Amino acid sequence: MATYVAPVPQLSAHGVEREARGWTSWITTTDHKKIGIMYMVTTFIFFCLGGVEALMIRLQLGTPNNTLVTPEVYNQLFTMHGTTMVFLFVVPMMAGLANYFIPLMVGARDMAYPRLNALSYWLLLAGGIVFYASIFWNPPEAGWTSVVPLAGVNFSPSGGEDAWIYLIHLTGLSSLLGAINFYATIANMRARGMSWGRLPLFAWTILTYSVLIIFAIPVIAAAVTMLLADRHFGTHFFDAANGGSALLWQHLFWFFGHPEVYIMVLPGFGLISEILPVFARKPIFGYKAIAASTVAIAFLGFLTWAHHMFTAPIPEAILVFVMLSSYLIAVPTGVKVLNWIATLWRGTVEFKTPLLYCAGAITIFLIGGLSGVFLATFPIDWQVNETYFVVAHLHFVLIGGSVFTIFAGIYYWFPKITGRMLGEGLGRLSCALMFVGVLTTFLIQHVIGLDGMPRRVYEYDNVGNLGLYNAISTVGSFILAAGVMVTIVNVARSLKVGVLAGPDPWKANTLEWFTSSPPPANNFDTVPLVRSAEPMRDIRREIERRSTAAQPSGTATVPSGATQVGV
Amino acid sequence: MGHLLQPSLAFFTPLSGGSPNADHINGLYKIVLVVALVIFALVEGGLLYALVKFRARKGAVPAQIRGNTRLETGWTVGAAVILLALAVLTFAKLSEIQDPANSGPGGDSLASSEGLQFASAERKLPPNGKALDINVIGRQYIWQFVYPGASEPDGLGAPYSYEEMVVPTNTTVSLDIASSDVVHSWWIPQLGGKFQAVPGYHSYTWFKISKPGLYRGQCAILCGRGHARMIATVKAVPPAQFDAWLAAQKQQISEANSEAKVARAKLGAQTGAGQVENP
Repeated sequence: MATYVAPVPQLSAHGVEREARGWTSWITTTDHKKIGIMYMVTTFIFFCLGGVEALMIRLQLGTPNNTLVTPEVYNQLFTMHGTTMVFLFVVPMMAGLANYFIPLMVGARDMAYPRLNALSYWLLLAGGIVFYASIFWNPPEAGWTSVVPLAGVNFSPSGGEDAWIYLIHLTGLSSLLGAINFYATIANMRARGMSWGRLPLFAWTILTYSVLIIFAIPVIAAAVTMLLADRHFGTHFFDAANGGSALLWQHLFWFFGHPEVYIMVLPGFGLISEILPVFARKPIFGYKAIAASTVAIAFLGFLTWAHHMFTAPIPEAILVFVMLSSYLIAVPTGVKVLNWIATLWRGTVEFKTPLLYCAGAITIFLIGGLSGVFLATFPIDWQVNETYFVVAHLHFVLIGGSVFTIFAGIYYWFPKITGRMLGEGLGRLSCALMFVGVLTTFLIQHVIGLDGMPRRVYEYDNVGNLGLYNAISTVGSFILAAGVMVTIVNVARSLKVGVLAGPDPWKANTLEWFTSSPPPANNFDTVPLVRSAEPMRDIRREIERRSTAAQPSGTATVPSGATQVGV
Repeated sequence: MGHLLQPSLAFFTPLSGGSPNADHINGLYKIVLVVALVIFALVEGGLLYALVKFRARKGAVPAQIRGNTRLETGWTVGAAVILLALAVLTFAKLSEIQDPANSGPGGDSLASSEGLQFASAERKLPPNGKALDINVIGRQYIWQFVYPGASEPDGLGAPYSYEEMVVPTNTTVSLDIASSDVVHSWWIPQLGGKFQAVPGYHSYTWFKISKPGLYRGQCAILCGRGHARMIATVKAVPPAQFDAWLAAQKQQISEANSEAKVARAKLGAQTGAGQVENP
C-alpha cells in the first residue's frame, strides 16, 4: 500500500511587510514574540549567574570549616542566589514563555496591551540591573526572605538591602503589568470557538498565575515599602521597641511568598500538561480535573502561608489550621500527578527530549511534594525547618516544578521560536546529567538537615559524616551545572546547524503550530475556528480526510470555519 | 567546635534521644516516612511502568481516553483519606510532644520550690504545674541563659550563663525564649524542635533529660555574619551537681559585680562624679 504523507498545514501569507532587523528593532519592539525572546534570553543569563552563585556556595561547603569565602561574602552569595532564581529567573522566564506562546496558543495576533508588554520587560531588566549593580558596592546579605530586624537599617546598614527592595518593586511591577496583560489577552482575545473548556492547559495555568500575581504582589510591595520607610524615613512598622512588630514582616512576606511558590510551579504544570499528550499521542486525561485543580491550588495557596512560620511565636490554632490547609493542597497537586500518569497510560510514548524532561520533572516534584508533607506536619517541621532538609525540599519543588519544566518548554518550543530543532542526542545527555545532578545534590541534603545542620551557615564541623555528605552534594551540583552547559551548547549549535523544523514538527495539538516557524509578525493571516481542546489535531484529521476521500474535483467545500490550509 | 553529637545514628530520621518530645517527634516522623515511601514507590512505579510499557512501537495505537470520572474521584478521595489519617495521627500524638511531663523522682528541688508559674495558651506546664524556668535570650551571636534566683526585684541579680546551659537531669525544664536584637532560633536537635526568638515576643518550649551528657545545637535562623558560630550546649548533670554549680555561678557573678562596683567608685573618684557614663 502506498503510504500517503499527510500535508502539513501551512499558512500562506500575502503582502506581509519585511521584518525589521537590527538592534533598534529589538529595543523599540512591541511584538510579543520579540519581547518574549528578550525575556527568555535575559532570564536565562540571570539563571546562569544564579547558578554560578550556587556553585560557589557548594564549593564553600564542599569541605568542613572551609575558608574559601568570608562569612560576609557567603551571606551575599546565598542572598543573591535565592533572589535571582525567584525574581529574575523562574517568574520572568514563565512570563517570557507565556509572552511568546499565549497569543499564539489562543489564536491572537499580539498581547492585549503591546506597549505595556514592552514596559513589563524593561522594568524587569531595570530591576535586574539595579540589583546586580550592588555587587560593585555592597550586595544584600540578609537572605532572599530579608527577615527583619536583620534587614533593618541597624543590622544591614549598606545600600545592598535597598537594592534588594528596588529589585522587588521593579520586578514586582513588571510581573503585575504582565499579569494584567495575560489576563486581558486570555479573557478577550481567544480564537473563535475557543470556549473556556477548550483553552489550552498552559493558558489555564498562566491565567491562574496572573490572578495569583495580581493578589500577591501588592502585599510584598507594601511590605518592602514599609521596610524602606523603616530604614530611611523613621517609621517603626517592624520595630518592636517602638510599637511595631517584627513578626508582621514574616506574615506579609509569606502571604506573598507562598502564592509565589505556585506562581513559579503552576505554569510548569501547564507545560507538562501540554507536552505529555503530544508525545503520548493521547488527549490529556481529565482536562477538567487538571484545570480545576490549578484553580484549587491557587485558592488554597493563599491559606497556607503560615506553614513557613511554624517555629515563630504564633497561636496553636493557627498552626493547626495551616497544617490542615497545607495537607489539603496536596490533594489537587496529587490529582495532577496521577492525571499525568494516566495520560501516558495506553498511549504510544515517544521518548523525545521534552518528554524526558517532563518525566524528570514529575519524579523530582514528587519527591519535593512528599517531603512537603513532613514540613506541613508542624511538630515535624519544628525539627526540620530552617535546616538542609527544607533546602532540599524547596529545590526539589522548584527544580521539578519550574526548572525541568522550563527546559522541557525550551526543547518543545525552540523549533517554533527559531525554525530549527535542538539536537536530540545533546538534549538527552543534558536531561540525564541534570537529573542525576539534582538527585546527587539534593537527596543527601535531607540527611544533612536531619543530622542537625541549619541552612545559611558558612561553615560546619565534620561531625558524623557531614563532611562526606556535603562533598557528595557539591559533586552533584557540578553534574547539574554540566547538564545545563550541554543545553547551552545545544542551543548555540542548533541556531546555526539545527535541522529545519517546519511549522509542526511534533504533530502537536495547539494553535501555535498552525503558523510557520518562526511565526510572521502578525502570527496568523486567518485564525481557524476552534472545535475542541486540540484544534491542530482536528485540522490534521480534516486534511487527511479530505486528501483520502474521493474528491469530486473543484466542488470540495471548505467546512465552516476552516481556513485556507495550503500545503 | 564539635557541636553536634552522634548524628550518624540518625540517617533518615531527626536526631532524638535527649528528651521525650524529641523522641516523640522522631516517632511521628518515622510513620510519615513510611507513608511517604509507599506513596513514592507506587506513583513513581506507575510513572515508570507507563513510560516503559506504553512506549511507541510499530503498529501500536494510542487509546483515545479523555478521562474517567469514577477513577478520578477515587484517587481524589483516596489522597484526602491518607492525609486525613495523617492529620488524626498527628493530633493524637501532639499532646506528648507539646505538653511537658512532670519532673521525675529525684528531680531538682528548684523546679518545685521556685518553678511555680501560670500556664497560658502559649506556655504549657507539666500536670503538677512545676518546672525549672530558664530564660533563653538570643543576641548576635551568643545565647544567654538566665536561671531562677533573682536577688533583687525585676529579676535582677539572677544567675546566668552564656553558651552553655547547665540543667539538672530528671527535671522538666521550661524555656522562655526571647531576643534582644534580631530574630534567632533556639534549637538543640536531641531536645526537641526549634523555636524562634523574635524581638518583642516570647516563644516557649521544654525538655526533660534523663541521662547526664552534652547536647549540642546552634542558632537555626540567619542572624547575621556570625550566624554559623552562634552555638549552644546543654549540659545535663545530676540535680545535686546542678545546685552546686548554680550556687557557685551566683557567687562568682555577685563577686564580680562587687569588684566592678569598687572599680567604678575608684574611677568616679579619679574623673569626678557624673563623668562615668561608660565605666
